[in-house]
Amino acid sequence: MSTVEDTKTGARSARRGEKKPQISDRTRGERKLGWKLAGPAFLVMILVTFYPIAYALYLSLFNYRLTDPAARKFVWFQNYITSLSDPLFWKATGITALITIITLIVELVFGMAIAMVMNKIVLPRKTLRTIVLIPYSIITVVSAFSWLYAFKFDTGFVNHWLHFLSFGAFDPTYNWFGGTWSSLTIICLSEIWKTTPFMSLLLLAGLAQVDQSMEEAAKVDGASWWQTQVKVVFPSMKAAIMVAVVFRALDAFRIYDNPYVMTGGANNTDTLSMLVGRETVTRAEIGMGSALAVLLFIFVLIIAGVLVRGFKVDLTGDKN
Amino acid sequence: MRRHSSGRRGLALATAGVMLASLGLAACGSSSSASGTKALTWYINPDIGNTDPSKGGQASLAQICSKASGGKYNIKVQLLPNSASDQRIQLLRRLVANDSSMDLMSMDPAFVTEFASADLLAPVPASMDKEFKADRVDSAIKGATFDNKLIAVPFWANTQLLWYSKKVAKAAGLDISVNNPVTWAQVIDAAKKEKKQIGVQAKLYEGYSVWINALIAGAGGKIVDNPAATAVDTKLGINSPAGKDAAKIISTIANSGLGGPAMGSSDETAALALFQSKAAAFLVNWPYTYAALTGDKSDVGAAVYPRTVAGKDAAPPFGGIDLAVGKSSKSPEVAYQAAACITNEKNQAAYMAVAGNPASRKAAFTDPAVLKAFPNGIAATILKSLGTATPRPLSPYWGDISTGLQQQFSPPSSVNANTPVKAQKFITNVLKGKALL
Repeated sequence: MSTVEDTKTGARSARRGEKKPQISDRTRGERKLGWKLAGPAFLVMILVTFYPIAYALYLSLFNYRLTDPAARKFVWFQNYITSLSDPLFWKATGITALITIITLIVELVFGMAIAMVMNKIVLPRKTLRTIVLIPYSIITVVSAFSWLYAFKFDTGFVNHWLHFLSFGAFDPTYNWFGGTWSSLTIICLSEIWKTTPFMSLLLLAGLAQVDQSMEEAAKVDGASWWQTQVKVVFPSMKAAIMVAVVFRALDAFRIYDNPYVMTGGANNTDTLSMLVGRETVTRAEIGMGSALAVLLFIFVLIIAGVLVRGFKVDLTGDKN
Repeated sequence: MRRHSSGRRGLALATAGVMLASLGLAACGSSSSASGTKALTWYINPDIGNTDPSKGGQASLAQICSKASGGKYNIKVQLLPNSASDQRIQLLRRLVANDSSMDLMSMDPAFVTEFASADLLAPVPASMDKEFKADRVDSAIKGATFDNKLIAVPFWANTQLLWYSKKVAKAAGLDISVNNPVTWAQVIDAAKKEKKQIGVQAKLYEGYSVWINALIAGAGGKIVDNPAATAVDTKLGINSPAGKDAAKIISTIANSGLGGPAMGSSDETAALALFQSKAAAFLVNWPYTYAALTGDKSDVGAAVYPRTVAGKDAAPPFGGIDLAVGKSSKSPEVAYQAAACITNEKNQAAYMAVAGNPASRKAAFTDPAVLKAFPNGIAATILKSLGTATPRPLSPYWGDISTGLQQQFSPPSSVNANTPVKAQKFITNVLKGKALL
C-alpha cells in the first residue's frame, strides 16, 4: 500500500519539478503538536546555550575591566589580535595540546586493555567495573590535591618510596613541581589515573557489541590475535572508539583543576582554561577573557569536527 | 477515596502554614528594623578564631562591639578564603554585583586602592577621619590613603621580621640586634657558612610580590613611580639599579640552594615549616610566626628585616588589614561606627595579644597582654619595623603588576640580571592591553 503511494507521490513530484512531496493533514497535525510540546524546551535550550555564547561574543569586542568601568571602550577585534599575537597564548595552547595528546594516547591504550579484561571476565564483572570506576568518581580538584600532597617532597610519600626502592639513588628532596617537565608528568599522570576508567567503560560498551561469530570466523581463517583485533574487533567498535576519543579529547583540552592546584601555572604550565580564568576572574578583564573563551570554544569545535570527520562514522545511523 | 483527598488537602494546608510561619520568622531575623537594630555583615579573613567568637579572633570583636552598641547594630561574620588573592576575587565579585551585605570588609591594603578607585567603597565620613588616624603607625595610614584621602580604616598593621636561630647566627659570627640590622648578603654568607637554609616566599602568589617589593624598596627603588596614574600612563621602576639588586639577591638564594628544595613553591606556611624543621636558620615572615612555632623558643630571635644594600635602611613589607565599607551597604554610617569600635585601643590590644596580628595603634604595643604574647622585645621590634615598613604600590592596577612580577620572577632559579628589564617591558605591555597576563 505504502509503496504504491510512495511511487505515486514520487512520480507527481518529479512531474512538478523539484517540489517537496505533499504531506497528509495527519502528519502536519503531528508536526504541529510536536512543535507545541517540544517548543518551550527548545526555547529554553536556546536561551541557556546560545545567549551566553552570544553575550561572550559581544563582550569580547570591548576593552572592559570591571574595576575600571569608566575606561570601557569598543575595540572591534583588538582582543583577538592581541591574543593571537601573544606568545603566552600560544605557549598555553601548546601545553594544553601536549597534555591532551599524551593523556589521550595513554588512556586509549590502557582503557582498551582494561575494557578487554573486563569483557573477557564473566563472574566478577560488576565488582571489577565498580573498582575501576573509583578514580573517576573522585572530584577532580580533590584528586588534584591528593596527587599534589603525594608528590610533594615534604608531605608526600612518593619520594620516600622512590628513595627506598632505588637503594638511595633517588633524591628524597626532589621537587616535582619545580620544573616544567616534572610538573607536566604529574599533571598527566593524575589525569590518566582519573579518566582511564571513563575511557574503559565507553570502550567496554563498544566491545560488547562486537559480533562473536566474526571473531570466531577470523580464528577459523587462521588469523592471529593481533590480526583479529585490527581487522575485526577495532573496525566493529569504531563508533564507540570515536565517542570515547571525542569526549576525552574535548575534556582534556579544557583542563583546569590539576594544573591550577598543582602549580598554579608556574614553570610554564599554564593551560588555555587557566588563561581564560585569570583574565576573566582574577584580572576582571571581561573583554579579553571573553575573547579567549571564544577562541577556546572555536578550538573545541575544530577538534570535535576533525575527529568526527577523521573517524568517518555516521552517528545518525540509518535514520536519514 | 474522599478521605484520602481530604487528608492530602490537610497536609497541603499544614505545609503552607509552616512555610508562611517560617517566612515570617525569616523576615524578623533579617531586618530587625522593628527594634531599630541594624544587621551588619562583616567579611573577615581567616584568623585564630575564624567564625568562632569564643577564640578571640575577629568574630569575638564582632560580638563585643555588637553588645557595646546597645542594640544599635548586630554584626554577623562571614569567612573569606585563605589567600589574599582569593579574598580579593570574592569581595570584588560581590561589590561589582552591588551586594548590599558588604557592610564591613577585612581587606588587604594592596587591594583597597583598586576598589576605591573603581568607586566600589563608601567614603570614610570626614567627621571620623581624625578618629581613624589617631595613634596609628604611619605605614598603616599611608596604606589606607589614596589621592590624599583616607579610603579605609587601618585595623592591623602587619610587617615582616627576620627570624633567626641565635645559636647559628652566633656560630657564623653574625651580630644581629635591634640596633644592628644586617644585610641580605650577610644573612646569605652566614647561612652558607653554617650550611643552613633561609625561609622565603617565592611561590607564584602575592607573597612573592611582597618580597620583591621589599627588596626593591630597600634599595631605594619604586616598582610604580606614579601610582595614581591610569593603566596606560603608569610608569614602572623595576628596570633600575634597585631592581637589579633585588634580582641578584633572589638569584643567589635560589641558585645556591639556600632557599630550600621547594623555594619556587614556598609560601608563608612552607617557609615556617622549613624554619621549624631546623633545616633553615633564617626566615622572613610575619609576626604570627612566634605564636605558630612550637616547642622551645629560647633560641628564636627576631630582628628588623634585612637591608637590601649596606648603609641604606631596609623597607620591611607592610601588610595588615584595613576595614572597608561597601558602596551598596544599606547602613554605611553605622558600619563606620562599628569599625571605630573594632579598632578602639582596648580591642586592638586584646586582638593583637590573642590573634598575634599587630595592631595599627601604637598604644597597643605597651599593653601587658601584648608584651606577654610577644616577649623578649619582639613587640618593640615590630613597632620599630612598622616605622619604616613600606606598603606595596598603591596603584589601582597592583593586581596586574603583582601577577606580572610573579610570572617574570618565576621560577626563582631563572632570575638573572635581565629579569627586571623583561618584567618591566612585559608589565607595561599588559597595562596597555598589548599582552596577556
